[in-house]
Amino acid sequence: MAASRTTNPLLLALVVAVVGYVVAARRELGAASPFGAFLRLGLLVITMRVVLEALLGGGVPGRTVLFTLPQVPLPAAAGGVRLGGPVTLEGVLAAAYDGARLAAVLSCIGAANALASPRRLLRYVPATLYEVGTALVVALTYAPQLVDDAGRVRAARRLRGHAGRGPRELARLAVPVLDSALERSLDLAASMESRGYGRSVHRSARSRRQATALTLVGLCGVVAGVYGLLDGGSAPLLGLPLLLLGSAAAAASLAVGARREPRSRYRPDPWAAPEWVVLASGALAGALVLVAAQRGVADIVVQTSPAVWPTLPWLPVLGLLLGLVPAWLSPLPPLRAVGRVGAHRDGLTDGVRSAS
Amino acid sequence: MIRFEDVAVRFDDGAEPVLRGVNLRVEEGELVLVVGATGSGKTTLLRCVNGLVPHFSGGTLSGRVTVDGRDTRTHRPRDLADVVGVVGQDPAAAFVTDTVEEEIAYGMESLGVHGDVMRRRVEATLDLLGLADVRQRTLRTLSGGQQQRVAIGGVLAAHPRVLVLDEPTSALDPVAAEEVLGALTRLVHDLGLTVLLAEHRLERVVQYADRVVVVQDGRVSSDLPAAAMARSPVSPPIVDLGRLAGWSPLPLSVRDARRVCGPMRQALATRAPARVLRSFVTTGQGEPLLSARALVVNRARRPVLRGIDLAVRAGEVVALMGRNGSGKSTLLATACGQLPVRSGSVRIDGLDPESLRPRELLRHVGLVPQDPGLLLYGETVRAECREADTDVRAAPGTTRALLAHLAPDAADRTHPRDLSEGQRLALALAIVLAGEPPLVLLDEPTRGLDYGAKTRLVASLRSLAARGHGVLVATHDVELVAELADRVVVIADGELVTDGPAAEVLAGSPAFAPQVTKVMHPQPWLTVADVAAALAAS
Repeated sequence: MAASRTTNPLLLALVVAVVGYVVAARRELGAASPFGAFLRLGLLVITMRVVLEALLGGGVPGRTVLFTLPQVPLPAAAGGVRLGGPVTLEGVLAAAYDGARLAAVLSCIGAANALASPRRLLRYVPATLYEVGTALVVALTYAPQLVDDAGRVRAARRLRGHAGRGPRELARLAVPVLDSALERSLDLAASMESRGYGRSVHRSARSRRQATALTLVGLCGVVAGVYGLLDGGSAPLLGLPLLLLGSAAAAASLAVGARREPRSRYRPDPWAAPEWVVLASGALAGALVLVAAQRGVADIVVQTSPAVWPTLPWLPVLGLLLGLVPAWLSPLPPLRAVGRVGAHRDGLTDGVRSAS
Repeated sequence: MIRFEDVAVRFDDGAEPVLRGVNLRVEEGELVLVVGATGSGKTTLLRCVNGLVPHFSGGTLSGRVTVDGRDTRTHRPRDLADVVGVVGQDPAAAFVTDTVEEEIAYGMESLGVHGDVMRRRVEATLDLLGLADVRQRTLRTLSGGQQQRVAIGGVLAAHPRVLVLDEPTSALDPVAAEEVLGALTRLVHDLGLTVLLAEHRLERVVQYADRVVVVQDGRVSSDLPAAAMARSPVSPPIVDLGRLAGWSPLPLSVRDARRVCGPMRQALATRAPARVLRSFVTTGQGEPLLSARALVVNRARRPVLRGIDLAVRAGEVVALMGRNGSGKSTLLATACGQLPVRSGSVRIDGLDPESLRPRELLRHVGLVPQDPGLLLYGETVRAECREADTDVRAAPGTTRALLAHLAPDAADRTHPRDLSEGQRLALALAIVLAGEPPLVLLDEPTRGLDYGAKTRLVASLRSLAARGHGVLVATHDVELVAELADRVVVIADGELVTDGPAAEVLAGSPAFAPQVTKVMHPQPWLTVADVAAALAAS
């Protein structure tokens, strides 16, 4: 949450650094990590944002003109839109900060993907919602599958005398890779089905509909609540209360479903002190930045006109540094745990999650 | 237990049905083997049993399939999961979780097996399939054979009453295959498990079968194993040997054959197979095309190859054998510059493959990967061939001509995905050969190939060697090695343990000995063709 509330580039860089460190320390060995891909995506976002700002001009008025692009005259009907023209320092900075904010959020999402396996999460998707569950499987496994497949196809591409890089190669390989990844996802769904996923959980159609409705309402509530928390501009009522209400509804639906659910758990992931520490550190990091933003601590939102050098406010920094705690205290993933005492299994790294 | 009543399956409305007029009964506690050429409809037949056809595959099924009295028309695969367990052809595609233990437990979780029972069964399954030392590993990092065992374990642990397996031993080394089949027969005998099993490598399974179902052109007939083998379009070497000698009933196991082969051994006592002599003479010549010196390669920070020394010269076919996960694929990938060398060196034509530009690389070495589909991206066979020509700047039509030689029946307009396994392999091989690389590497090429396709593969690889190419084949298939290889290299745990003439290495260990060698022991015969040639000469 912290990242979406600030535009201070120093704070955002700190977010990325903290997240990166945790990923480096707690990533599973030997697995392809999507973190790098998300970082690159973040850089692309910043560049795009700045280039578009320079080309089209934004809403930020500025006086410090860096250079002037040849302007294309547009009819008056185009409103305030312009093409080319003077590029101001203030405008570019505002765009860059804005892009950086999105990039930081993306890096947090990437970290969550690298640290918590989507398949592991899937084990906890209740079979109550069979169709939704299967769709989730297909959707969630699609992206990592795609990364995997792209890697293998690129390696094989070398065998046919191509580098497997560059836009032409991309165009050549996109369809087969997308195709095979989708096929694999469907294979997975078939496999889950034939191994009994979603077995006649609800005897009656009515109780099934009940659970579905409750869950949908709950999920909508959670989504709206999260949006409220992340977006500083929305009404304060939208955030926390909605999130809580949504979670409650979702929990109720799970409870209704769980009564009839025949599933059992093999060695459920323990939820002990380390997991609490991770959760607490993430929540605290988010909370401190939120509090700072609420209090109006200077430099959470950096001034861009006139452009000033941003400073580091101490309260959010402290909060973000708390996000480092999981790097040492979270449970080790299985391969890293080999050879160490107290082989914990990797919990979901909520720290990273809530820090985003 | 399983009943097919007048079943027909058709996937496209206009097209020929894949299966028709199938009437089949499988009783409880039977182990039934399904055989047939590639693309004959075996997989479709198996997938009907738990309702994946038509519930997941689409298409139309007429007639009735019942399992334990439940009709697949009204029961979806998930409702049959407690009765039927299915292991598909590609185990990796079916994994739902990330680690070995979780994967084995997954089916039981879905069925709601109690926690304590689950713990017990997971441990038992790990032991049964020899997976205890990889229990925490991530599934993606396992070798093909280990993955296959995990897939079987995941299904077995849920204790279904019917087990359906599609080529369960295709990726396994001979010893692991025997262990898995041993475990299966034990379950059949002790628990009355019903097993329906499709397999191309009949030499491994036919002696365990109670009945054999032959699938030919979408029609199905079932018989006792010996009778079915007598008229089956595919047969293992031991049956071929029996046909050659005119033994009746046909022997199905080495033990049966040894009992009746006395006269034959006597007739051949004074002759030595031409092959044995040849393999001492025609090991390659000249500078090595591939040379590895003290090669060490790491994967996921652990050494997979530890100091390999190997040379492959022009004109020889070398078979690379070894347990699942011993580093065969890693060696091939390293030779193509796909993996970084940690220490030591690997040279192709005296060049470092990692530093070569891709365009130059394929002038020196060609690799057909385990999944030949990875090399194919085109929409049609013709487009694929044309692109391969431009890739290597060969004259137009080069690849197509090669393909026509390797697989005459592959049609121009077919999508590469719709080709049979054998045709797809042929296409990938043709693409690789278009660049005329002096060194050709193949990773596990016989997976999913029937005997006919295998014979064609052997012929084309032998003629490559005769024209001065060096060929290195990583495989578990001892029968293929017996027919194909001059030299056999065995690696274990990343170290080279044996490097010698094929006849010597194969005959030297019971695990690697082909069926004919076992039957004719102590005479050094490798293949039915060798025996036939010698008999004809005497």
